[in-house]
Amino acid sequence: MTIEVIAPEVEFAGVTKRYGNGPTILEGVNLEILKGEFVSIIGPSGCGKSTVLKLISGLTMPSAGTICVDGMTPKNARETVSYIFQDATLLPWRTVRRNVALALELEGAPTDRREEKTGALLDLVGLRAVADAYPRELSGGMKMRVSIARALATNPRLLLMDEPFAALDEMSRDRLNEEILRLRTEQNWTAVFVTHSVAEAVFLSTRIVVLAPNPGRIYAVLPVDLPQPRTGALRTAPEFDALVGKVAHTLREARSQEQRAEAKLDQEKRDEASSMRRAR
Amino acid sequence: MKQRVITLASASAVLAALLVLWQLVLWIFRVPPFMLPSPWAVAQAVGARLPSLAIAFAITGEEALGGLLASIVAGVAIALIFAQSRWVRRMLYPYTLLLQTVPIVAIAPLILMWVGAGTASVTLIAFIISLAPIIANTTQGLVSVEENMVHLFLMHNASPAQLLFKLRLPHAVPALFVGIRIASGISVIGAITGELYAGSSRVGEGGLGYSILYASSQLQTDYLFALVLAATVLGFSFFFLVTFFEWYFLHRWHESARTPEVE
Repeated sequence: MTIEVIAPEVEFAGVTKRYGNGPTILEGVNLEILKGEFVSIIGPSGCGKSTVLKLISGLTMPSAGTICVDGMTPKNARETVSYIFQDATLLPWRTVRRNVALALELEGAPTDRREEKTGALLDLVGLRAVADAYPRELSGGMKMRVSIARALATNPRLLLMDEPFAALDEMSRDRLNEEILRLRTEQNWTAVFVTHSVAEAVFLSTRIVVLAPNPGRIYAVLPVDLPQPRTGALRTAPEFDALVGKVAHTLREARSQEQRAEAKLDQEKRDEASSMRRAR
Repeated sequence: MKQRVITLASASAVLAALLVLWQLVLWIFRVPPFMLPSPWAVAQAVGARLPSLAIAFAITGEEALGGLLASIVAGVAIALIFAQSRWVRRMLYPYTLLLQTVPIVAIAPLILMWVGAGTASVTLIAFIISLAPIIANTTQGLVSVEENMVHLFLMHNASPAQLLFKLRLPHAVPALFVGIRIASGISVIGAITGELYAGSSRVGEGGLGYSILYASSQLQTDYLFALVLAATVLGFSFFFLVTFFEWYFLHRWHESARTPEVE
């Protein structure tokens, strides 16, 4: 048995995020993501799921607390991080091949390496046949494959995915989920994956972080002890269903936190009002 | 192909009907030829004065094209400055509105006074009148890039130059063409209007606007009609020229520029 040194790839220490004087998006988030983990972040809408990714990528700065990525500040670590957005964000004026090459081009990779790498990636995600097509000619699933290939072109250690399959039909989504797992086995990156779908989170992850809203905070962290490598057959296994049920239950609890918080707030307001009446 | 033939045939039928109606009006109301010449007289005027029509067409075309090209160059340059920050836009945008709202006939005499009669001042008038739509549309295209696209570039440590040349500028090309399409129409109008004031310094020859003035003063109504026809052809040529370039640059990737299906 080999002993691996396990160092955190991403580390959140007491992270709070607030935009200006607006409401607090995230409060007191402590989280360690280890190398090789596939962590899904799930939670009701408005709980700051996407903000977690924006913070890891340095696209936004925390109001309090610190974030380390591979021992560096998020901005300095960008070279080894790739981001996959909900919409495929392809440049419509570039062919599939030149879209995949974009990240390498921006980072100044020499042409021959760029072409070699792009060709290999097109094979990897099964897009060789449409390499010279423009994005508008592709289906939603194919566009997302291009987006994935572009993200992988720079050999990232860390892949951030913000609901990448939310706009796809269930069949394409399932297929791309399996593809993502296959690519991860081959390339060994760490992943932080934001999703609305409990089943998707369970299928992909080694760990699921459940957020509670208002303000966004970690409600629970659930390990996913399903065997690796995973295949589509897993979706019909009873232990998969059991875990999906458990995560869905936790998610419901997290959401009811919000209602309880709102009820508490209402009660406080009522108390305040009645005490003011009394004072008068 | 068959549909195209049908379109052409029905458009020609409308034209024929209009010409017949025109001739009928002449017969029924006995309109004198200096008020409204017959279609045949206009056709004869076109044939007889083809050389001077061609010269007028070329002069006006040159002025309008010169003004349009200059406005594209200057307009894109100004849009690039506007795209730098919201503050720059707030400070300078009202002045482009000024460009758009000042009636060209009001400043034409000034330009004539400063630059002198001739093609230079007419080109300048065409340039001024077609500048605003280029600036407005290109600026819009440069700043309306999706936030996620910008984030994507930032994630891969793109330089400001890469952001501009690989993202903002190509993204603005369809909007630039919207601007050019509008500008191409009004540059012709600007050149003709300009000629009404600034005429031409070439002895004995002027552009379409200058010739229109001349023909109307001489009551050569048939020639006047021929000139109007030439001005229309000039406007159409600009339109088709722009459409061709738009198709050439955009048809592979942009929805708006796909070959339009004729119903």
